[in-house]
Amino acid sequence: MPKDTGIGASSKRREDVRFLSGKGLYTQDIALAGQTYAVMVRSNVAHGKIKSINTAKAAAMPGVLAVFTGEDFKDVGGNPAGWLINSRDGTPMREPKRPVLAHGKVRHVGDAYAAIVAESYNQAKDAAQQLADDTDIEELPAIIDMKAAVANADNRVHDEIPDNVCFDWGWIEDNRAAVDAAFKSAPHVTTLELVNNRLVPNAMEPRASIGEYNTGTGDYKLTTTSQNPHLTRLLVAAFVLGIPENKLTVVAPDVGGGFGSKIYHYGEEAVVLAAAKKLGRPVRWIAERSESFLSDAHGRDHVTKIEMASTKDGEILAIRTETLANVGAYLSNFSTATPTFLHGTLMAGPYKVPHVYVNVKTVFTNTAPVDAYRGAGRPEATFSIERVVDKMCRELGLDAFEVRRKNLLTPDQFPYTTPVGLVYDTGNYQATLDKAIELGDVAGFESRRAASAAKGKLRGMGLSTWIEACGIAPSHLVGVLGARVGLFDAATVRVNATGNISVMTGAHSHGQGHETVFAQIVADKLGVDESSIEIVHGDTSKIPFGMGSYGSRSLAVCGSAMTKAVDKIIAKGKKIAAHMLEASEGDIVFEAGKFSVAGTDKAKTFGEIAFSAYVPHNYPLETLEPGLEETAFYDPANFTYPAGAYICEVEVDPETGKVDIASFTCADDFGNVMNPMIVEGQVHGGVGQGIGQALLENTVYDENGQILTASFMDYAMPRADDVPFYTVDHSCATPCTHNPLGAKGCGEAGAIGSPPAVVNAVIDALHRGGHTHVAHIDMPVSPARVWAAING
Amino acid sequence: MFNFDFVKPSSIADAVAAMAQTGAQALSGGQTLTPTMKQRLASPSVLVSLTGIAEMKGVCLGADGLSIGGATTHATVAAEAGAYYPALADLAANIGDPMVRNRGTIGGSVANNDPAACYPSAVLASGATVVTNKRKIAADDYFVGMFSTALDEGEFITGVTFPVPEKAAYVKFNQPASRFALTGVFVAKYASGVRVAVTGASNNGVFRWAEAEAALSANFSASAVEGLTVSAADLITDLHGTAAYRANLVKVLTKRAVAGAK
Repeated sequence: MPKDTGIGASSKRREDVRFLSGKGLYTQDIALAGQTYAVMVRSNVAHGKIKSINTAKAAAMPGVLAVFTGEDFKDVGGNPAGWLINSRDGTPMREPKRPVLAHGKVRHVGDAYAAIVAESYNQAKDAAQQLADDTDIEELPAIIDMKAAVANADNRVHDEIPDNVCFDWGWIEDNRAAVDAAFKSAPHVTTLELVNNRLVPNAMEPRASIGEYNTGTGDYKLTTTSQNPHLTRLLVAAFVLGIPENKLTVVAPDVGGGFGSKIYHYGEEAVVLAAAKKLGRPVRWIAERSESFLSDAHGRDHVTKIEMASTKDGEILAIRTETLANVGAYLSNFSTATPTFLHGTLMAGPYKVPHVYVNVKTVFTNTAPVDAYRGAGRPEATFSIERVVDKMCRELGLDAFEVRRKNLLTPDQFPYTTPVGLVYDTGNYQATLDKAIELGDVAGFESRRAASAAKGKLRGMGLSTWIEACGIAPSHLVGVLGARVGLFDAATVRVNATGNISVMTGAHSHGQGHETVFAQIVADKLGVDESSIEIVHGDTSKIPFGMGSYGSRSLAVCGSAMTKAVDKIIAKGKKIAAHMLEASEGDIVFEAGKFSVAGTDKAKTFGEIAFSAYVPHNYPLETLEPGLEETAFYDPANFTYPAGAYICEVEVDPETGKVDIASFTCADDFGNVMNPMIVEGQVHGGVGQGIGQALLENTVYDENGQILTASFMDYAMPRADDVPFYTVDHSCATPCTHNPLGAKGCGEAGAIGSPPAVVNAVIDALHRGGHTHVAHIDMPVSPARVWAAING
Repeated sequence: MFNFDFVKPSSIADAVAAMAQTGAQALSGGQTLTPTMKQRLASPSVLVSLTGIAEMKGVCLGADGLSIGGATTHATVAAEAGAYYPALADLAANIGDPMVRNRGTIGGSVANNDPAACYPSAVLASGATVVTNKRKIAADDYFVGMFSTALDEGEFITGVTFPVPEKAAYVKFNQPASRFALTGVFVAKYASGVRVAVTGASNNGVFRWAEAEAALSANFSASAVEGLTVSAADLITDLHGTAAYRANLVKVLTKRAVAGAK
């Protein structure tokens, strides 16, 4: 029987009332007295030397209040990379300074080298155009292709980095010889070269930032589209502008999606704060959609060679990869972790593979920075593994389902230490595979294939058995791996005198539904009504601390902190109840919202205890502080490991190459599920983005570094009719063993597991249709590419 | 966007007068012009809206065929032309999305002559007549090249008259991002012969596929074009498809249009 409230209930998303009725408050909705308008002046060349910027004409234009250039910020700090990665030879990565505004050189189309602040938006735009006309940039040859970037030591994105390589990382370097030996003696080796296509995150709400400065107090306020206001505060305060943290408030109000792109601090945030201080007036910058294409951190962009050694009957013996990962022109905050510790450590997949070695070279190019995007490294790993497993099956004439079953870890093998440094705590990969086979009606495929054939369509079926490491992340472990921050989270549970509750969470909701789910959890634990709980997030002046929302961490990490805080509330409540009920604390039990003396009918309600805490007339004041508010920090002991099996069926039109998704079946293990409706929605969204990557989305720079897909006219986003009605199941749950909720996280799963299922299905369709020469098609598997593959 | 003056005349005569002003630009549905202005790539000083002119709106069957006012939206054509010219209504019903169809107009689309727009293929395949504030222009004389037409400065389309065919169909293959026609083929069968117009494919804009017209005029069946080949020489290569791919689409879509003609 499904529950109708608390943990496990499909409570309706309370935040949707304001979103759907137009009452959300996004950064752009905030109008402040005396506000001014900032416009960035962006490079229209990919690589160039700034020879001169003459600001005089622009500064004198009507309404112009200030003009900033890179020169104005040359003495403040750079926007840092959050992880220090060492190369195989032990040398640290190369870290060029990422300035607030480009200084000396521009390094990608869209690189902002100046900013105008004016009384109106159009005045700022006019002046920006003037300034661009008055700027002399000597165009230099663009460095776009990664292989050429590495090969050509003379042409440099950053003058001090000769081969454009940030680092050359081996994981695990000590295992390399053993892996190479395993390949030498392997009965079969499958090799696949592939591209993991670059994606533009395209959150529904473009980035926006408003800076304020109080000349009376010296306090700064930044309202910005952020997934993690505390992290942004830390970066702006400690690294870039040198503002004391306690003089800077960062507010991320309603935020319309992020998918990773709003984790990071961007230069515009520093510009609006510096401008607000200079002018003593609020300064707002709202990105146009075309600016988002040029300046948001992009995702993926790997070129990989993966090899898989196996027996002739499909037992995987070793995996070896070489990847070039694009970081773009500058290191964005998580850019060095994404292709390494979020990618290389997943390269064993859900399989028992004795030998794995991963090599990643990250490469600077004259393109927008690349960083974590929904899945972040794990989709790249999963795509490589699941494509090469499928190719191995074809080469050896083996069944894709049986080969996976043969290699999947079994439940008795947990906890399992992989050869790439992770410890999987629990799972049942056979169960999700069996569930997907059942729900996807694999047995009925042949009749569906025949029906498609009768319409002239080629039908294929693709499988992906995927795993991810999320719930990011245990601080002690990531510290060893190079992280420059801790990745715990925090929550405060404040019980008000009248018994209702405010919960301040470090996790930030930008569409996920935290306000609903977190309330469900607290309500369930305290035995109170969900409607009596308010979730507060996104404001550094209100919440204790937080590392934000990304890496499917909100529930597993912040939800655990919140659970710990609730436990402290209950523990204190027991002390109060013991006093009021004249019993010993050990005899007090808390159940269904009541504190009672075990074995008696003596009890106090939660509300009575809360009231007593704030009106402490009958209260143990000599031993207990009044009030009922607790804060907890939680640092996870391990990553969590959601896993699952996805089956995709496609129909291919052989005359046009068009691929239609006929069905998509997901059997996921997310551990304990708090709100099944929201989990299903997360899977739908994730798989939709995965289908987008697999079939539609691509970011293309030409050889001069001009971005050819800079609008929705050429960048193909998935739409409703591109995706099927999904079959989603999460009943095969093995609860996480190390967090109090037993939750693993579900936000990225769909985007991680789905792309290889789609591509495997297309290749299967072509093979079944007789086009057996097609071994691989790079994403996006567009109609033109499929047609070319068939006719190639 | 730069500042501009806006006028919305209620008669063709007033519109002609307004268009005589320096820097005047006709505005119909604005589906191309507005984004271009927002990107500061166009800066007309006067926008002359044509959508307030009653005589330029509506769908009407007359002696010369089906006349559609220049300011008639795609949604109106989709809703009202079906009884007379189903293929044309079907084309209109599949342009863009509901917002585009409720703003965009036939006159705007035909005047802009985007090489990937749908309407030019219907106009050309139907041998339609483009009616302007000055004259009548036969379709074969109207389309000059990509974004280029026979319209003079200040001249605007008041309507388009389509001879109604015995059978016709439009088949479009969507460009995945914009959902304009990556290639679209309009086939129309008249007593006098078959006309085939292709949009989306050529560097020179919409064009007639003469070989297919001859073959289909002799034998109106998909098999009639089976043996033909389409030259990729003048076809577009871009992110979404090569010239060879488009050449393939021209043939595949022509066959499908013939098979689906009604």
